[in-house]
Amino acid sequence: MIQVSNLTKKFGDFTAVSNLSFKVPKGEIFAFLGPNGAGKSTTIKMLTTLLDPTSGKININGFDPSVNKHDVRKSFGIVFQDPSLDDELTAYENMHFHAVLYKTPREGLKERIRQLLEFVELWDKKNELVKNFSGGMKRRLEIARSFLHHPKIIFLDEPTLGLDPQTRNHMWKYIQDLNKKEQTTVFFTTHYMEEADRVAGRIAIIDHGRIVAEGTAAELKTKTNSQSLEDAFLQLTGKAIREESATSTDRMRGVFMRRGGRN
Amino acid sequence: MWLRQVKRYLRSKSRIIGSLGQPILYLFALGYGLGQVFARAGQGNYINFLSPGIIGMSILFTSMFNGVEMIWDRQFGFLKETMVAPVARFNIMFGRVLGGATVATIQGLIVFLLSFAAGFRLQTHNPALSILLTIMFMFLIALLFTALGTAIASVLTDFQGFQLIMSFVVMPTYFLSGAIFPLAGLPKIMEFVTHIDPLTYGVDGLRGALNSANHFSLGYDFGVLAVCTLISLFIGSYLFSKIQI
Repeated sequence: MIQVSNLTKKFGDFTAVSNLSFKVPKGEIFAFLGPNGAGKSTTIKMLTTLLDPTSGKININGFDPSVNKHDVRKSFGIVFQDPSLDDELTAYENMHFHAVLYKTPREGLKERIRQLLEFVELWDKKNELVKNFSGGMKRRLEIARSFLHHPKIIFLDEPTLGLDPQTRNHMWKYIQDLNKKEQTTVFFTTHYMEEADRVAGRIAIIDHGRIVAEGTAAELKTKTNSQSLEDAFLQLTGKAIREESATSTDRMRGVFMRRGGRN
Repeated sequence: MWLRQVKRYLRSKSRIIGSLGQPILYLFALGYGLGQVFARAGQGNYINFLSPGIIGMSILFTSMFNGVEMIWDRQFGFLKETMVAPVARFNIMFGRVLGGATVATIQGLIVFLLSFAAGFRLQTHNPALSILLTIMFMFLIALLFTALGTAIASVLTDFQGFQLIMSFVVMPTYFLSGAIFPLAGLPKIMEFVTHIDPLTYGVDGLRGALNSANHFSLGYDFGVLAVCTLISLFIGSYLFSKIQI
């Protein structure tokens, strides 16, 4: 379903992703782990047509993102690291807007939206403006939205960041259920190792733009001779803390907060 | 995309009222404040002269703001949602611009109605045609500046630059457009500057449509505006297609 070979991305002198190769078969839940700045988000951006690779080949659902952008875009749903909802619209309108963008057939659309919103337990809040939602509710809505157009693949970029354990557990339940029900391939990144351990069929650990290990959670633990995936992860990537420069979004957030959070 | 922009506008009541405050202030303060001077200089009724200018101004502000508003979408992620959708970038950008322009036109119409309260009167033989022309000019102005705003927003990555745009693009465009003073008899430099300001032609077109007080011919106004709109749409969609997140 996802095939990547010798993928490289350079920003000037800096190599963010270096010679990456991996495969994710249909229906698998695949975890993509790594410390901050390892190249996870850059890889996702390239897989989802937001960035063009410097070199290397990508194949998503049989299409090449650099050639058939639209076919690739139709094939996946995505939940970004930061919320990407329209705060001024209601939950239902956000879903509907997505359907319009993806040209989902009108027939059965209402039913599909209802199903998904019920699934993430937001149906009774469908007419509320998203700006009144909590972080967890927004995430749930985004998950529902990403499944709306029956994608073959779902990309989740740190979907559980900043959520409480209850919400996190629920969220994975939805995703696992949908993965079973619709045979959707799931590709996700996270910093919570136990999450990857529990949910993922296979795991790749990436550091400094390269894959340092790949396999099931059990394989990785055996390989590094460690008790938990977290230990394995630390052994493979070292214990030094990574510095990441603030992105413009982070700086922007600061400004936004100082202005009293009004849009 | 179009529907979204319009919906957002209708939702933010405080913004509608807030953005009406300024044109009203200009209309009354300038209108009555300078009205005497204007009349004494033999130019006639200042409110009648000023109103099209203020309509042009409010459209300029609203549409510019609508275009630049895309920076928020970018910062808060919504833009990404549209970027990964299987829709051509041009359609996204055009939908946005059309929505923003519609909103700005509505705004212009509200100011138009308000100007009657300030004492503005139509001076035309054919009111229906005149209003039709007015709306057409309003929409063209709106389209032009929303596209321009979007183009600018495609290049800027955060809001720090917004103030810069306000003081170096929006304000000069407004003040140098002949919105508040007549174009005839200006010093050479001013004349030149007003002639390269696209809003000049918009305001002049409105003036022509509303009370036949145009400086250029209506066809000329229309032509210049249309060309400028096409250029800014073209630049806007080019820059928009280059956005990488």
